[in-house]
Amino acid sequence: MTLLHEPDLGTPAVKSDIEVELVIDGMPTRVPAGTSVMRAAALLGTAVPKLCATDSLEAFGSCRLCLVEIDGKKGTPASCTTPCEPGMVVHTQTPKLEKMRRGVMELYISDHPLDCLTCPANGDCELQDMAGVVGLRDVRYGLEGANHLDAPTDDSNPYFSFDESKCIACSRCVRACDEVQGTFALTIEGRGFDSKISPGGTDFMSSDCVSCGACVQACPTSTLQEKTVIQIGIPTRTVETTCAYCGVGCSFKAELKGNELVRMVPLKSGGANEGHSCVKGRFAWGYASHPDRQLEPMVRESITDPWRKVSWNEAITYAATRLKDVQAKYGQQSIGGISSSRCTNEEVFVVQKMVRAAFGNNNIDTCARVCHSPTGYGLKQTFGTSAGTQNFASVAKADVILLIGANPTDAHPVFASRMKRRLRQGAKLIVVDPRRIDLVRTAHIKAEHHLQLLPGTNVAIVNALAHVAATEGLLDEEFIQTRTEEKAFRDWFEFIKKPENSPESVEAISGVPASELRAAARLFATANNSAIYYGLGVTEHSQGSTMVMGMANLAMATGNIGREGVGVNPLRGQNNVQGACDMGSFPHEFSGYRHVSDDTVRHQFEELWGTALQAEPGLRIPNMLDSAIDGEFKGIFIHGEDIAQSDPNTKHVKAALGAMECVIVQDLFLNETAAFAHVFFPGTSFLEKDGTFTNAERRINRVRPIQPPKTGKHEWEIVAELSQALGYPMQYGSSAEIMDEIATSTPTFAGVSFAHLDKVGSVQWPCNEENPVGTPTMHVDGFVRGLGQFMVTPYVATEEKSNRKFPLLLTTGRILSQYNVGAQTRRTENVNWYPEDLLEMHESDAELRGIVDGSFATLSSRVGETVMKVTITDRVPPGVVYSTFHYPTSGANVVTTDYSDWATNCPEYKVTAVELRPSIKPPQEIGMAAADLGLELVNE
Amino acid sequence: MKYLTWTDEAALEVVREHAEKPGPMLLTLQALQERFGYVETSLLPSIAKELNVSRAEVHGVLTYYSDFRTTPPASRQIHLCVAEACQALGVRDVVKELAAAGYEVGERSKDGATDVVGVYCLGNCALGPAALVDGNLCGRVSAKSLVAQVTS
Repeated sequence: MTLLHEPDLGTPAVKSDIEVELVIDGMPTRVPAGTSVMRAAALLGTAVPKLCATDSLEAFGSCRLCLVEIDGKKGTPASCTTPCEPGMVVHTQTPKLEKMRRGVMELYISDHPLDCLTCPANGDCELQDMAGVVGLRDVRYGLEGANHLDAPTDDSNPYFSFDESKCIACSRCVRACDEVQGTFALTIEGRGFDSKISPGGTDFMSSDCVSCGACVQACPTSTLQEKTVIQIGIPTRTVETTCAYCGVGCSFKAELKGNELVRMVPLKSGGANEGHSCVKGRFAWGYASHPDRQLEPMVRESITDPWRKVSWNEAITYAATRLKDVQAKYGQQSIGGISSSRCTNEEVFVVQKMVRAAFGNNNIDTCARVCHSPTGYGLKQTFGTSAGTQNFASVAKADVILLIGANPTDAHPVFASRMKRRLRQGAKLIVVDPRRIDLVRTAHIKAEHHLQLLPGTNVAIVNALAHVAATEGLLDEEFIQTRTEEKAFRDWFEFIKKPENSPESVEAISGVPASELRAAARLFATANNSAIYYGLGVTEHSQGSTMVMGMANLAMATGNIGREGVGVNPLRGQNNVQGACDMGSFPHEFSGYRHVSDDTVRHQFEELWGTALQAEPGLRIPNMLDSAIDGEFKGIFIHGEDIAQSDPNTKHVKAALGAMECVIVQDLFLNETAAFAHVFFPGTSFLEKDGTFTNAERRINRVRPIQPPKTGKHEWEIVAELSQALGYPMQYGSSAEIMDEIATSTPTFAGVSFAHLDKVGSVQWPCNEENPVGTPTMHVDGFVRGLGQFMVTPYVATEEKSNRKFPLLLTTGRILSQYNVGAQTRRTENVNWYPEDLLEMHESDAELRGIVDGSFATLSSRVGETVMKVTITDRVPPGVVYSTFHYPTSGANVVTTDYSDWATNCPEYKVTAVELRPSIKPPQEIGMAAADLGLELVNE
Repeated sequence: MKYLTWTDEAALEVVREHAEKPGPMLLTLQALQERFGYVETSLLPSIAKELNVSRAEVHGVLTYYSDFRTTPPASRQIHLCVAEACQALGVRDVVKELAAAGYEVGERSKDGATDVVGVYCLGNCALGPAALVDGNLCGRVSAKSLVAQVTS
């Protein structure tokens, strides 16, 4: 399509049951009470001239351009700050107003460079537009007087430029940073004529700015401008698509000039993000055209051979032959596949279909194994469906937010902005985290309670919270009686009342003071709407699944399920981790979470796919790896995942990969895992994909290509061709046809099609005949499983314990500017914010070991050791250290162990007993060396 | 005027004294200036943290009010009213004479001992030209009387 200009109605929508009637420029209209005159006029199609107003921000009334006349009112009020009143008669265009607006415009232009023809915003500038609208013909004041034309430009941010000389001081950027992003990084410095925008008296890069781009989007001039627009020019067409980073799933406008991507701008009508973005989605897309990206298929006989670039045909035939050879030699069960949460639903669906139908076994697993598999298990047991219960907008109705093991300002920034807005409105926050995350205390946000627990004691904490509710009469009896299974509740009630679950007992285990626990529990249990949000700090534990059920218990016991503002909400890590799970990526489940042993379901797929399917669940990732080391599992198709860097106990993973006879890797880059591959299929970036992603709120969003695959083939085409070559016919004309097959075979997706999504924008599953536009809130009148099921959740300490040799507990996490193993973000300018992994350590622990801030230290655990740079901080308590895992050189997963969740094998990344000692050598380059080696061989 | 020498620790203590009061930002900055004569900008991030606001917000308030200083003051201070009423009573001449004596308004005196600041109305119009000398209000001032006061 041509460039999409989303309408700007000037001020935000107002919700009200009362409507007021008024007349604007002779036209009668009705709007909700509280709506501004400007918005009411815009809804009628009358654009009142404006500069400081935009509908993502509260009205400000500073530019004096939107003045109107109202019968019976004195003067010329600003239409943005004047609410509509019943019977008002408004005039937006009169000779008097025109003269005033021209006069105001003259003042603006008298201090603005007259370089429109060479300005990067030429053609996309509201100041320019308004000069035209008000009919500016002359600037009587000239440009000779005092002005800001020589003001310097701040180019410190790698993605956008701040050219102060063009600033009209409308404050839109300041307000966007405050109201939308919630960082408060900008201000107006000085006063009067000297007023200017400042990121706090420093440059943008050294300021609190998180580079979310909200200010750039809000700027009506070229003052804050994307550098790509300066370099390339104004885009000419838009493709609406979905970000491929985290599980928030922001909708974006990819704006192109010809076929060149100029910028990504968040879509205001996007259900997940409503016009907001973060530094990754907005700016960090350059990896898609990074020179490291592989565009041609490659094969090699042995992993010590150099890569050989071959045709697609040869690569696919070679891969199929090798896989068949392995199966001939070691049996049908000796191969398997791993699907990717970074890929589309359609790509994931065909990968699992290939494994089940073409490989002829159920050895399919997905990277969700290592993140949110306990969510799937725990919520299915208790509520009946493996997904979060709310939409993101629900947080705006929460009164108390219990945030457990999640760090949204870094990992889910756009959702964090929503949450922060609600907290600034007065909602109370309880943070459960061993580390002092930003939300514990940041500008205008202060958590009521920070339960700083010892890593691995989540279940004890959630039981203690429920214990207080149960023993202090704070349960929601009515909800429990009508909505949950009686016997299960009684069993749970008897269990939870036990003294071992009391805050006083739990204090000894978790280190959290009992009084703090009691206060937090009372706050949660007595609020109107209490919502639980959580992340991998819940799931990546040996009791990950228990904890998910513990939270579900707490929500049911306090009646916080089935309406807006409440719920149990997993913050999903990857763009399509929900979708990958929905699509049947687990060894025991077909799409829609239906067990492979269910004859009805299996027969349905056998009929649809025309082949016999196995009724026994296949191997999970860790089983595949163990089995490879045992010599039984010999071939694997790894789709868009770097298990040699992301999975725990790197040494073990690499040994397993090295023991296989056919490793096929499909990825954008020659990643760490590719060092062990015999076949490399180049993948497509999200900018080339045509399909759907499903975000953390079950929202199915369209991903649309801005260009054909750079590799010559869509990933689903490659999988289909590999299936064919293996002897199982698989043919699709387009990815839309794959979605049609998903809809046919999966009840929760029954109403989904590309055509429907293109029409309505996005839907939250279940989307079927009953809910044609999807289901924002689940379990409203009843649980998916009928009655909710309380589960008894005893706390069991992890086997991974600190001792004299390994006295510290390591927990891991990620940072705003980098994403997971960094394959993408490390190949963008985001490295400017975080050029290397850091290990956070408390001063007292560091001093004891003679480790100084900024020095290297050897990090060792029972399974391995690595070297990392240490930063000393009071974010972590004594006894706990924390590291990120974005760089292969730091090898954080060299030290993580094989312990995992009892129910789902989700690795226990969040607890590793470690020791640190000073090191003089910088991080060893194990991982990087492997990848570099691969590259060199290609270049030969 | 006697000011304490700025140390971050002492300054943070002042900040903490005010942090829990309602609308603490102006109170805090004023208290710092009263105590130390100025606000050291390197402490802005810490002040922001104590007040639970952003560094930019503190910077905005600090730069908005012209009375706030971000560099150490001279040992003596003249705040001379140069607003309309005092102009009517001859402050323009006072300004000229002061400059001739090495006390340019808006600058530090040539001997480095006095800051001379032009301000707009001290509410002492009946006794103009008015000035504050080290915070003490004086009426009917002349260049001579001002110089005498700050050199005594």
